[in-house]
Amino acid sequence: MSATIERPYLLTSVGKKMVMGITGLIWAGFVFSHMAGNMLILVSPEAYNTYGHMITSGVIVYPAEFILVLSFLLHVGCAVSLVRGNMSARGGQRYAMPTNGEKAVTPASKTMAIHGSLILAFIISHIATFKYGIYYETTAHGVVMRDLHRLVMEVFRQPGFLFWYLLCLILLGFHLSHGVGSIFQSLGIRNDRMAPVINKVSVLYGLIVALGFIVQPLYVFFTLGNR
Amino acid sequence: MAGSNSKKINITLKVWRQKSAKEAGQFMTYEMKEVSTDASFLEALDQLNEKLITKGEDPVTFDHDCREGICGTCGFMINGNAHGPQKSTTVCQLHMRTFSDGETLTIEPWRAQAFPVIKDLMVDRSAFDRIISSGGFVSVDTGNAQDANCLPVSKPEADAAFESAACIGCGACVASCKNASAMLFVSAKVSHLALLPQGQVERNERVDRMVAQMDEEGFGACSTTGACTAACPKDISLSNIAKLNRELLFSTLLRREAAEGDGV
Ligand code: HEM
Ligand code: SF4
Ligand code: FES
Repeated sequence: MSATIERPYLLTSVGKKMVMGITGLIWAGFVFSHMAGNMLILVSPEAYNTYGHMITSGVIVYPAEFILVLSFLLHVGCAVSLVRGNMSARGGQRYAMPTNGEKAVTPASKTMAIHGSLILAFIISHIATFKYGIYYETTAHGVVMRDLHRLVMEVFRQPGFLFWYLLCLILLGFHLSHGVGSIFQSLGIRNDRMAPVINKVSVLYGLIVALGFIVQPLYVFFTLGNR
Repeated sequence: MAGSNSKKINITLKVWRQKSAKEAGQFMTYEMKEVSTDASFLEALDQLNEKLITKGEDPVTFDHDCREGICGTCGFMINGNAHGPQKSTTVCQLHMRTFSDGETLTIEPWRAQAFPVIKDLMVDRSAFDRIISSGGFVSVDTGNAQDANCLPVSKPEADAAFESAACIGCGACVASCKNASAMLFVSAKVSHLALLPQGQVERNERVDRMVAQMDEEGFGACSTTGACTAACPKDISLSNIAKLNRELLFSTLLRREAAEGDGV
């Protein structure tokens, strides 16, 4: 028999997908809570700023940020490694006609690397715009805090920003519409009975996150004149 | 033939011709007149080859063996469909009645880096053999054939094992996947043996080795698109891949535990 090949778990294609799944799950959970929390923009500047202050002034923010950054780096790192392997496995060989396999799959599942790359650019620019953006101050309930509400108002007043956000949020929803379902597969918790439900939950999740986020810049853009 | 709805149809075949792995290939067009709709697709190719041989030309090389849909030797793309347009059917079990008179069919070999073309429609699938010989077997003594119901296997498990065992190793999954991933094939083999008592002893090493060999052969990873299942002539389910992922995770965790146990 030929010599057996060994490979550490995390360097196998299966192990890398497990990392994609876990880190994708962490980020999918984060974007949902981020979307839900930011809905306070529809309530009042005070509520929005107080919520932001509460999150950033607690101790939990440091481990949370650490986990998110680490997950992000692992997700992108594994994505690069997997996509490179996948492309070299296909070896640039194409068929003269689209395959029945290709026709049977969802558009989102084929294009994860494309929207993923845009999301990468988006997250970097998003953090630069807000987390490291202009620092306004305000006082709410006698506490001095960052006036993020004002910054948000200023940013989304610009049509260029609005358009970029809408595009990226739609793509994030798209990424999640396949990604959330794929988590179950990568983590090995899926069978034939669960599969149709998982697929629907996945699309619904992507839709809720995208629509939930999209409402916010639209609200700012179209109501600002009245304030 | 009495009672047969046999008709004769004319078909244009655009066939991928490639002399060897090293040479570039191209499509060649052949007109087939009066093909019986009762003929299987491979029989139609046989007829084409007879004509080519008579004319002193090189016949089209394609793989086949049982022609009963059970051995997994046949397989190529017809108009982009692995094994042709009919679901759950190997190309040897596909009949010309699937097509209509005057149709043009484009025929290509499986394409993947790990499946180099040998000649025309025949590709080298020895990568699959090496994956099987890395662990896809039972080498412990399991005794003689058991009496019925001697080995307790629950009905759902027996059914699931049987469904996974239906994989004939044809490679349509690899050919149809955008990542040229062999995950459906490997997962079917791993699930099949992991579900049965005879497979338990080597269960953990098996999945470790087969996945390592699969990666070594240069197949891609799974993006959960489902292209493989859609193309599979045996309807192997995507759930096998979830099971493969589970099996490899547990085998890794158990190995850690065993290694720590040894140290004591
Ligand atoms: C908010 C940020 C993000 C979230 C919530 C997210 C979520 C997910 C999820 C849940 C999956 C499925 C994982 C699996 O199949 O087990 C996934 C897959 C993937 N993600 Fe992301 N992702 C994000 C950002 C990114 C970025 C920045 C990139 C790339 C540069 C990226 C590239 C990919 C790729 C290529 C896959 C598919 C991997 C494969 O199928 O082999 N993602 N993502
Ligand atoms: S999983 Fe299906 S397509 Fe893949 S080798 Fe087995 S029978 Fe062929
Ligand atoms: S020749 Fe055996 S399955 Fe087609």
